Amino acid sequence: MSDRANTLAIETKGLVKTFGKTRAVDGVDLAVPAGTVYGVLGPNGAGKTTAVRVLATLTRPDGGEARVFGHDVVREADTVRSKVSLTGQYASVDEDLTGLENLILLGRLIGHRKAAAKRRAEQLLDAFGLTEAAGRQVKKYSGGMRRRVDIAASIIRTPEVLFLDEPTTGLDPRSRNQVWDIVRIIVAQGTTVLLTTQYLDEADNLAGRIAVIDHGKVIAEGTPGELKASVGSGSVHVRLRDAGQRGEAERVLSANLSLGVNLEADPVALTARVDGNGGGAAEQASLALAALARSGITVDEFSLGQPSLDEVFLALTDHPATDDAEKEAVA
Amino acid sequence: MTTQSTTTTPTTTSSVYTPAASALSAVLSADEQPSRPSALAASIAFGWRAMLKIKHVPDQLFDVTAFPIMMTLMFTYLFGGALAGNTTDYLQYLLPGIMVMSVVMITMYTGVGVNTDIEKGVFDRFRTLPIWRPAALVGAILGDVFRYTIASTTILLLGLALGFRPGGGVLGVLAGVGLLVAFSFAFSWIWTMFGLLLRSEKSVMGVSMMVLFPMTFLSNVFVQPVTMPGWLQGFVAVNPVAHLVAAVRGLMYGEPDGYEIGWTLISGGAILLVFGALTMRLYNRK
Repeated sequence: MSDRANTLAIETKGLVKTFGKTRAVDGVDLAVPAGTVYGVLGPNGAGKTTAVRVLATLTRPDGGEARVFGHDVVREADTVRSKVSLTGQYASVDEDLTGLENLILLGRLIGHRKAAAKRRAEQLLDAFGLTEAAGRQVKKYSGGMRRRVDIAASIIRTPEVLFLDEPTTGLDPRSRNQVWDIVRIIVAQGTTVLLTTQYLDEADNLAGRIAVIDHGKVIAEGTPGELKASVGSGSVHVRLRDAGQRGEAERVLSANLSLGVNLEADPVALTARVDGNGGGAAEQASLALAALARSGITVDEFSLGQPSLDEVFLALTDHPATDDAEKEAVA
Repeated sequence: MTTQSTTTTPTTTSSVYTPAASALSAVLSADEQPSRPSALAASIAFGWRAMLKIKHVPDQLFDVTAFPIMMTLMFTYLFGGALAGNTTDYLQYLLPGIMVMSVVMITMYTGVGVNTDIEKGVFDRFRTLPIWRPAALVGAILGDVFRYTIASTTILLLGLALGFRPGGGVLGVLAGVGLLVAFSFAFSWIWTMFGLLLRSEKSVMGVSMMVLFPMTFLSNVFVQPVTMPGWLQGFVAVNPVAHLVAAVRGLMYGEPDGYEIGWTLISGGAILLVFGALTMRLYNRK
């Protein structure tokens, strides 16, 4: 295990994948240390799924290189396949089959005989709390159960690298927490996890390092702490009573919080980023609010929150996280 | 959402799943790594998947029972009187042909199946497994071979009930059905290619019809080619389906024709090699 600590599970250099004129992945460099959770954060269409598909040997890159534990994903695709598992954005199990049948099928496909495949399937269903649903078709499962059988399918053979492509998109909060717990347990057993997500809090909760990706490029990389520090550790959301005071409020907040103020679509709302490095975000926010009160501006509502993905994007790119889903659809 | 259990009743909490580190860790570490399955074992596993799909969605057997029955009855009674004087005599000529026609037409569902399957995430999982690459497609076609066998049997039983009396006996008929099913296995690879190449199920159906209608109708299924104009005879002479029909007829009549059987095996082999290779090329680049 100790030499693993310095090993890179995933390494890409100048990775490029184009679809027609779109550069879905445009020169991505990644270095993922073994045994960690690595988060790839970005909006729809940023190139996250395409990058994962290249790493999982599903799509050939058009330029650059990608290695999994030193094995090239194109030239040594078969070796890479023996080390990785993928849980895609959409159910990567056969929805017409039952949970048990799906796992038996995969057990046989990794080389188990039928009896051993059935044993393994039952063991997995039990660990994922799906024993009661074993004989039901997956299409009749709830969203959370579907995700679980999907992750169970990915660890039918304990993978060295597990790709989770937006594992909690569309899940209710409880199912999301279950998936987070499962990911933590899997990583504790030594598997490297590469996780794509649109949610900063998800990356923050699970990942040791995060790459922020936009228009196929890595625009920031680091630990969650480093990333948040670069953006400001949080933001104050303020709602005024009178829309006419917003210009004045913007000036006051800008003077007190130097990281920048955004005007929201709502004519009485504005958001300011807070740098918590020096003395704590809460203190700075309260000083700014006091300044608003001194200027005679009536604040109806305020809250202090973590920066959202939108704010991270705004800070990193000076443009909001746009949602061009059609780009992803090409993949 | 915290599970602070002061007075928990087991019946209500059992429905909520909480990932248990002990159970999951046990599963992760109890994992034995069996050796990679052989090409045959992997293909058979996928064939098993196809059978399970038939079990869960039995409606798909409608195509291989009702459609062949309709074809056989329709053409026997439509053409029988005009072409052979009576339907029983015509049935002796038509039955092997209509069996070939029905089964070859059913092969197009292979392409539709691949096309809908590939759109779903499950194919991504299959493609990331370290197994023999064509296994998923071979397995799907093995499931289709089961369907072809059902269709052939349906037509045969109907034919026997209507008065078809093959001179080749049980062995001749079995050999004829066997050759037909083997050729259809090879022929199915044309549709796996289109299934991967074309964007929608509809376009796969469209192309299939464009290919299958001339190949099955412009043949010796319904009439002897001698009555056709020369150019059409020329097409029939190189149409693999026509050779298959002649070979199956020979086997069922108890007069096996080595030339026609050879033609069928060679054309089937060529189709399998060419379209199998094209299919795998598309499959790997998808």
